[in-house]
Amino acid sequence: MKYLRQFAARLTGHAIRIFARAITAVRADWQGIEPVPRQRVYFANHTSNGDMPMIWSCLPPALRRDVRPVAAADYWLKNKLRAFVGPEVFNCVLIDRRPEVNDKPMDKILAALDEGSSLIIFPEGNRNMTDDPLLPFKSGLYNMGVARPQVDLVPTWVANLTSIMPKGEVIPLPLICTVTFGAPIHVQDGESKDDFLRRAADALAALAPEVRP
Amino acid sequence: MTSTTADILLLAFGSFAILIAMTVLGEVLRARQPAGHANPVLETYMTRVQSWWGMVTFVGLALLTGKIGVMILFAFVSFAALREFLTLTAKTQADHIALALAFFVVLPLQYVFVGFGWTGLFAIFIPVYAFLLLPIVSALRGNANRFLVRVAETQWALMITVFCVSHVPALMTLDLPDYSERAVLLIAFLVMVVQLGDLLEYFFGRRIGRTKIAPGLSPKTWEGVACGVTSAMLIGGMLSWITPFTPLAAMGMAGAASLVGMFGSIVFAAIKRDRGVKDWSHLIPGQGGFVDQLDSVIFAAPIFYHLTRYFYT
Repeated sequence: MKYLRQFAARLTGHAIRIFARAITAVRADWQGIEPVPRQRVYFANHTSNGDMPMIWSCLPPALRRDVRPVAAADYWLKNKLRAFVGPEVFNCVLIDRRPEVNDKPMDKILAALDEGSSLIIFPEGNRNMTDDPLLPFKSGLYNMGVARPQVDLVPTWVANLTSIMPKGEVIPLPLICTVTFGAPIHVQDGESKDDFLRRAADALAALAPEVRP
Repeated sequence: MTSTTADILLLAFGSFAILIAMTVLGEVLRARQPAGHANPVLETYMTRVQSWWGMVTFVGLALLTGKIGVMILFAFVSFAALREFLTLTAKTQADHIALALAFFVVLPLQYVFVGFGWTGLFAIFIPVYAFLLLPIVSALRGNANRFLVRVAETQWALMITVFCVSHVPALMTLDLPDYSERAVLLIAFLVMVVQLGDLLEYFFGRRIGRTKIAPGLSPKTWEGVACGVTSAMLIGGMLSWITPFTPLAAMGMAGAASLVGMFGSIVFAAIKRDRGVKDWSHLIPGQGGFVDQLDSVIFAAPIFYHLTRYFYT
């Protein structure tokens, strides 16, 4: 039964990838790093629920096997299908966002890093529904950078998903999605939390393709 | 085996012979490079040759399967081209349903009309019905911000990538006396004269090109275009045996298609320059996107279709 579930999870993963490729022709643009298996935290902008599957789909297989998206438990445990897809297909690190539960999310994240996994995180915390390119970052990225300084923090810009699947729409538009990976950053000696988070946000926003209306 | 099938195979093998020659040439040049020093121009050339292998194979197989294969191939091409185009146009969430209709209703219906040979409907569906109805769908969402730009760019995308592209398979539905069985060969004729004309235009433009046609927009030169169109006419004359045209008429048709195509690709260069991109996408290795590869065929197809229709049906 366990093997059957694993097989089903792999199959579902393939289906998701094929679907993402067929609809959006998702493409990885490795600007600042090479697609080599190093331990990394990919931190990305968040505009749509499709962001994480897009990044996951465009990683090469060797990198995809080692990557674990950090995601909200309330979303991924809502029903049986999501509880299968989130933890088993994407191998998510699930974080309980409810205030009354003291889940110690950083412990889980650091445990995943100590196992050797790479992570995908969305430091804005929520989906960005504003016209600004990014919301202010939460402090998790800084804490990871301080606790595990050897890990590369890689800015990852997902372009176009607001047009492909705006909030409240049902049918995804088949537009081309590009995922751009920038040069890795690290927390520098003596750098304050606010300075680091601003630098990280700038590095991420700089990857956004120039839009000429 | 029918004579049409035999001719398609002959053309395919001819194209493969050219590709083998080009691949061998590239490999010889590669072998003469000093070890560890890749030549970027040569590597680009080789990626392009590889993509051409794929394209000749796909088009050849589609032509061999006949009408259905050609319809599916060009419907897919339209889809890929529309996707590249609409990725770069102005749009807001208010256009979401209109754009979904463009992809999932307008595009398939256009190919259904072409497939059934409903010539009247195929010719007016996008210029009239889509033109009037899609802006209504957008307007109902109540966002006036840059409305005219949004609907105009969407309509342009549909005209170019669906309406114009669908004229290529529509060549099969023309009612040509004593030729209808072989109409699929007209597609091979159009694609070959336009693409080979482009290739030779590029080659001669590099060699002897002096006077730029649209400086700052495109590297195309009058000398290159003149040589390219002349080459396309000669190739067209040599291929007249697969067409219903006399050799002289085939030269004229090839020249007209090639000339319109070359100026069409200047139009596409202007759009890309305006949007600040070098290629429409990265889907075809070495060539950019589907629109980059087909820009001249897209402009040539409706002209070629209507010239053939006017003079030969």
